[in-house]
Amino acid sequence: MTTLDFETQFFARINKDEKIEPKDWMPEKYRKTLIRQMAQHAHSEIVGMLPEANYISRAPSLKRKAALLAKIQDEAGHGLYLYCAAETLGAERDNLMDELHTGKAKYSSIFNYPTLNWADMGAIGWLVDGAAILNQVPLCKCSFGPYARAMVRVCKEESFHQRQGFEILLALCNGTVEQKQMAQDSINRWWWPSMMMFGPSDSESTNSEYSMKTKIKRFSNDELRQRFVDASKPQADILGLTLPDPLLKYNEATKHWDYGQIDWDEFNNVVQGNGPCNKIRVKARKDAWDNGKWVRDAATAYSEKQRQRKLETKQLA
Amino acid sequence: MSSTNSWPLWEVFIRSKRGLNHKHVGSLHATDAEMAIENARDVYTRRQEGISIWVVESVNISASDPKIMDAMFDPAADKIYRHPTFYDLPDALKHM
Repeated sequence: MTTLDFETQFFARINKDEKIEPKDWMPEKYRKTLIRQMAQHAHSEIVGMLPEANYISRAPSLKRKAALLAKIQDEAGHGLYLYCAAETLGAERDNLMDELHTGKAKYSSIFNYPTLNWADMGAIGWLVDGAAILNQVPLCKCSFGPYARAMVRVCKEESFHQRQGFEILLALCNGTVEQKQMAQDSINRWWWPSMMMFGPSDSESTNSEYSMKTKIKRFSNDELRQRFVDASKPQADILGLTLPDPLLKYNEATKHWDYGQIDWDEFNNVVQGNGPCNKIRVKARKDAWDNGKWVRDAATAYSEKQRQRKLETKQLA
Repeated sequence: MSSTNSWPLWEVFIRSKRGLNHKHVGSLHATDAEMAIENARDVYTRRQEGISIWVVESVNISASDPKIMDAMFDPAADKIYRHPTFYDLPDALKHM
């Protein structure tokens, strides 16, 4: 078969909603797009542990602490599922790490915002994980098998993340006036960055067209963003909190909530590395990697020694 | 192992409950089999998804070539006489 035949077969499969598996022939662009997206997604899970880590020792109760620990451990796991999916396409783990540490690879911009107090653990769970779930549910049907399978596991595990966040906010909103203010302040800071998590508007999104054509992606950025607004508004009402958008208004004609203008300058600025926490996030990851080198080396040396011992015992027997 | 100094890759198989096969769930890096099993416990069974784990180094898996998938699996396609429904039997014959 020629490359053209393979390509025809590839798109025939995609159009029949069949999955592409790692050893199948695929266009180079499809492979590259997937590796980039899965690595970026994995990095987001790993970097996403950092803003929350600060609150493990500051959680207000043992229950909250146990839930937060479990959530952060899940995020490590989700990062690992995704790295392993990227590796099925021949990406090397060390290279992926290196790209994160040198800034060549991106991760979700949301994690470049600081977590200022406990209410932010609630806002992250409710809004950030809520937005992530809306992005990830359609990825369970992504055309690339290993990515889709990883997403099924991730989505199954992540629903508790959003619920525990909402419960944190609910407790604050049912508490003292100051506690409710804390919750409102947190929503004021996290709402717009969460809206940006869906990426640039459809008209500006450079990778979208190919991703839709190859069914890596099933819905456009703006479609998913609209779903997020529509889902969040009634949830905010239950909390008794106000979403910080004066233009938020129900549109009888479209049956959707209209929303105000997103500050794309801010978005681009954070993507380009100038958000409030870009530098400390990457530094924290790099330090963890560098300072953990002796552990990795020791583990390798230990295993090697065990292997040698086994060989020697065999030879003696 | 790869050209880099990373730990080898292991494929992980989990038996979710007694009576079922071990099923492939993903992969991870570890220095040896023991560490692979320990890591697989933490990565793939955080919610009691398994009662038994198998790990095998990825380099030890041989796979069929998807490029010759047709030649490999087509010979079974026209042998419908291997299925019970191929045989025309009277309705009076129950439970066979």
